[in-house]
Amino acid sequence: MLLLQDVHKTFREPDGSALPILSIKEFRVAAAEQAVLMGRSGSGKTTLLHIIAGISRPDSGVVRIDGHDITSLSEAGRDRFRADKIGYVFQTFNLLPGFSALENVMLGMSFAGGRPDAARARRLLERVQLKHRLTHRPAMLSVGEQQRVAVARALANRPKLLLADEPTANVDSGHQQQIVDLIRQTCQEENVALLLVTHASEVAEQFNRVDRLEDFNCVEATV
Amino acid sequence: MSLWRIAWRSIQQRALASSLTGVSMALGVMLVVAVLVAHGVINQSFLNNSGLGYNIVVGAKGGRLDLVLNSVYYLSRPVENIPYAYYQQFTEGKFKPYVDKAIPLCLGDMYRDFRVIGTTPAMFNDLDYGGKKYEFADGRNFEPDEYYGAVVGSIVARDAGLKVGDKFQPSHGAGPEAHVHDPFTVRGVLKPTGTPNDRGLFINMEGFYLIPEHAKPLDDAPAARPHDDHAEEHAEKHHDHDHHEEPAADAKHADDHEGTDGGVRVSEPKHAEESAEHHDEHADSHDKDHEHDDAHQHDHDHHAHTPLPLAQREVTAILVLSAGTFPELTALELMKPINKDSVAQAVLPIREMSSLFSTFVDPLQLVLLSLTVMIVIVSGIGILVSIYNSMSDRRHEIAVIRALGAGRRTVMFIVLLESILLSLAGGLAGWIVGHGLIAALSPWIATQTGVSIGFWQFVSYELVIIPGLIALASLVGYLPAVAAYRTDVAKALTTTP
Repeated sequence: MLLLQDVHKTFREPDGSALPILSIKEFRVAAAEQAVLMGRSGSGKTTLLHIIAGISRPDSGVVRIDGHDITSLSEAGRDRFRADKIGYVFQTFNLLPGFSALENVMLGMSFAGGRPDAARARRLLERVQLKHRLTHRPAMLSVGEQQRVAVARALANRPKLLLADEPTANVDSGHQQQIVDLIRQTCQEENVALLLVTHASEVAEQFNRVDRLEDFNCVEATV
Repeated sequence: MSLWRIAWRSIQQRALASSLTGVSMALGVMLVVAVLVAHGVINQSFLNNSGLGYNIVVGAKGGRLDLVLNSVYYLSRPVENIPYAYYQQFTEGKFKPYVDKAIPLCLGDMYRDFRVIGTTPAMFNDLDYGGKKYEFADGRNFEPDEYYGAVVGSIVARDAGLKVGDKFQPSHGAGPEAHVHDPFTVRGVLKPTGTPNDRGLFINMEGFYLIPEHAKPLDDAPAARPHDDHAEEHAEKHHDHDHHEEPAADAKHADDHEGTDGGVRVSEPKHAEESAEHHDEHADSHDKDHEHDDAHQHDHDHHAHTPLPLAQREVTAILVLSAGTFPELTALELMKPINKDSVAQAVLPIREMSSLFSTFVDPLQLVLLSLTVMIVIVSGIGILVSIYNSMSDRRHEIAVIRALGAGRRTVMFIVLLESILLSLAGGLAGWIVGHGLIAALSPWIATQTGVSIGFWQFVSYELVIIPGLIALASLVGYLPAVAAYRTDVAKALTTTP
């Protein structure tokens, strides 16, 4: 499902020197597999997710998702691919404040090929127990409810891969488990592969597979 | 969810800033509409009305523009007169072959703030305006033998409260020194025409001549109006008549009427009845021993006055429609001998007004229009500043939309749509308010210019300029749209909103 080979990413420092961020020899996630990626702050976890999502390009290497090498695609091609194949749950939810819960989910559908499916958006929100909050704007929702809307939005286009970037970081411990359970369960139901980034060991312990970004700038992926 | 809806939601999210920029655009467009319609009104008022069934104006030598303003628009200071005999050259003399219609005008009197125009019934029987015949809202045209008959324009009727059967007295000049004259009876009220005639009181020229001081003094009898024995006798009788008192008596007479400023309206029924009796009595005696020596035939049931001798008559202007298959060519032929004479001049009103417009009005309106266009541009820049300033706040939002799969062009288009929506909403509101304002001011404009306009009064320029301005304003959204296009998604996503 997901394959990274010889992926390297370096940032340019203000003084012109190169700062290596990622150096991944090989990294795989199988279809419908659920994996956790751990690492310290600044270890490059988010950068890795951006590269997988096609938001950033690696300096070199191959990123293959569902058989497509996204590094060979143009930026517009990667945008379309991301809209169709990848769901993204952000640490800070990133719901658009001017849109209702339902509109936020439908927004995720607006950039994929077909017409936004309002019925599916409603069903997804019902599935995350937000049937009664369809027309509420983010400011009117609790933190836990906002993250549930974000999960529904990420799954709106029936992606092949869901990337979750520390989805429980801004949620209190009471809601933390609910969010993790929700993501895992919906991915399972939708047959979606999951790569969840976290630094919380209590979250990681629940997964069968845990990978680790280590040694600060260098990545050693353990499959 | 359409991109329009996404853009609209974004505008709603910044409701206050969006409203203010929309209002700014609305004000700009409102001003443009107002200026354009005002320009159209002035054009219509002057250029379209400069040919009300005639193409030449003949008057005394002097200012050509003054002659046109006086005789066509009833504006400006009165000009000199020309002899009545010269007018006859158009009706039965050497100019007759060139003339289809010739309507005389006698100017100089006022009723309140409105001009009193001495003319013949042909003014409304023979002339038209914009291809339409004059129609009466009430009553009818005065007859040639109704010396003291009058027709009033719609605005005069409305503002002065004159209706059919009412009497009014024109005055020569204004203020306390105004000379009050004999009363004229309103025989008809014109329907609104949108022409300067809406602001005029048209009296029978024969009655106009009988007003004291309107007779041209003769060398051998400077103070006398009639010039033959009969006329003198008649004049003596006439002096006993209420309508023809001397100025001192006029003043007393005026005390019985409503006001003295700029003409008075007769409201004393007793006086009117007495006057009528005098008329009848006078008519009886007059009928028996009087024969006229000029072309004016009189029905003494209608009046009891001797027409002013031709030698003492003058006209201020003659409205002429030239004859022939090509009246414009005939007009040029006709104008040559007139302008060679030392008596009068002939002018083409359209040419004079076009000249006035191109010299003064057009440049002034161009400046005004330029200013309003600049206001719209400033409004457009306001939209630019508003959206551009919001970009720093929205960078994270744009990055989220991008992360959801929107391309650079899509987010650029969304921002551009916001600008277009703001411009369209503001422009539409401004257009509606502008036309509403014009419609609200319509009665005042009609009073001032004689042109009636409503909400749906369009100027062809609006079809080009307004969408052009909105498009221009929309273009200013390009800069923030480019900023959206260039948003670094990865960087913006890692920035806390």
